[in-house]
Amino acid sequence: MWLAAAAAALLVAGLGLALFWIPEVEGDPAFPIFYLHVPIALTAYACFGWAAWKALRLLWMRESSYDLESYTAVHMGVIFAILTLVTGSIWAKYTWGQWWVWSSRQLVLFLVLFLFYSAYFMLRYSVEPGPRRANMSAVYALFGIVLLPVSFLAIRLAEDVIHPPPVVVTREGPQITDELMLVFVVCLAGMLALAAALYTNELAGKRLDGSLRELRESLQ
Amino acid sequence: MTYFADVATLARKDLLLELRSRDTVPAMVLFVVAALVVFNFSVPADAEERASYGLLWIALVFTALLGLTRAFAAEREQRVLDGLVLAPCDRSAIWLGKGIAVVAFLLLAEAVALPAFHLFFEPVGLELVAGVLLADIGLASVGALLAAMAAASRTRELLLPLLFLPLVIPVVVGGVGASIAEDPGRYLAFLGLYDAVFAILSWATFEYVVTE
Repeated sequence: MWLAAAAAALLVAGLGLALFWIPEVEGDPAFPIFYLHVPIALTAYACFGWAAWKALRLLWMRESSYDLESYTAVHMGVIFAILTLVTGSIWAKYTWGQWWVWSSRQLVLFLVLFLFYSAYFMLRYSVEPGPRRANMSAVYALFGIVLLPVSFLAIRLAEDVIHPPPVVVTREGPQITDELMLVFVVCLAGMLALAAALYTNELAGKRLDGSLRELRESLQ
Repeated sequence: MTYFADVATLARKDLLLELRSRDTVPAMVLFVVAALVVFNFSVPADAEERASYGLLWIALVFTALLGLTRAFAAEREQRVLDGLVLAPCDRSAIWLGKGIAVVAFLLLAEAVALPAFHLFFEPVGLELVAGVLLADIGLASVGALLAAMAAASRTRELLLPLLFLPLVIPVVVGGVGASIAEDPGRYLAFLGLYDAVFAILSWATFEYVVTE
């Protein structure tokens, strides 16, 4: 509960500061979305990282409760990845005039990650529940966290030959001053608190669901 | 030394099975040639010539996918995998044996695909061959693990492409880069890095995919 309250307070404060306190960036009316888009993206990374950590713990300790935690973290990560794609797309539209730009590394990476982690759900839903499914999901989540830097490298390499080098993205970002950094950190903390609140809530719901199912089975 | 003897036995089993049944490799060869022919009709006449290298890589990845959907078919149908898991050998040997067999199948398919590409489209350079060889290792190591996962699922053939394609996007980038860039070294090094990272990861985690 206090996590959700902290998230709400931090996000309202951060976005309020971003909209009314920070001076407008010349030539980029959509710049305030930076304070939403980048924290969301970093939060998605954090969720995927957390999922991989729980997956590693599962494989290491053979403790089945980590399965649900890893799954919930991937679930949250995918939600934040979709939000990253949406906010990134809006930003791209206002800044570069197109809804999608292949030259934006962050967006392309999130598209790859989104595809990869969507398949995670397909995998889970087509394997019978049990220790084997837990193991496979954990292995897949570990692959995801390794794929992340490899894909990032691949996208950088691809720019040289496969896609035309970015022509519209040459705009220099505004210099990060102390004020900008402060607002950014507030927004990031708010977003992380939001993810943590959603995570604990969802985890509690899933655990409840599981024990309800067990109860029902034992009654039958 | 017994580890490698186990691996050799398992790989030999797959190759012998293929030699007797001839299920997978002829299908892969026909598929890759058919894909190249389809590409000929799907690209506008004034398209850049270098685009055909990209099409070759799509054909190779999908051919690998075709072979991988069959990779654990025999094990599944005859319940051999249960026996292999119970056998007194390291479980990762199953992955390595399967990976070697998949590389062998891919090499056979490419032995036809690359000359066909040379004939139909563009010349095949040494850097392209090197890229294909490096990519084979990556495709086989990731593919053998994911094929084992997919074989244990209800949706099987449907699931494998969904798991496989996002993971091999870096292979396509490295392969296409090695084929068309002026300095293919960077891309070949990237393919080598991909192979090393994912081969180690697959080798270390395969045990968990086949056991409970």
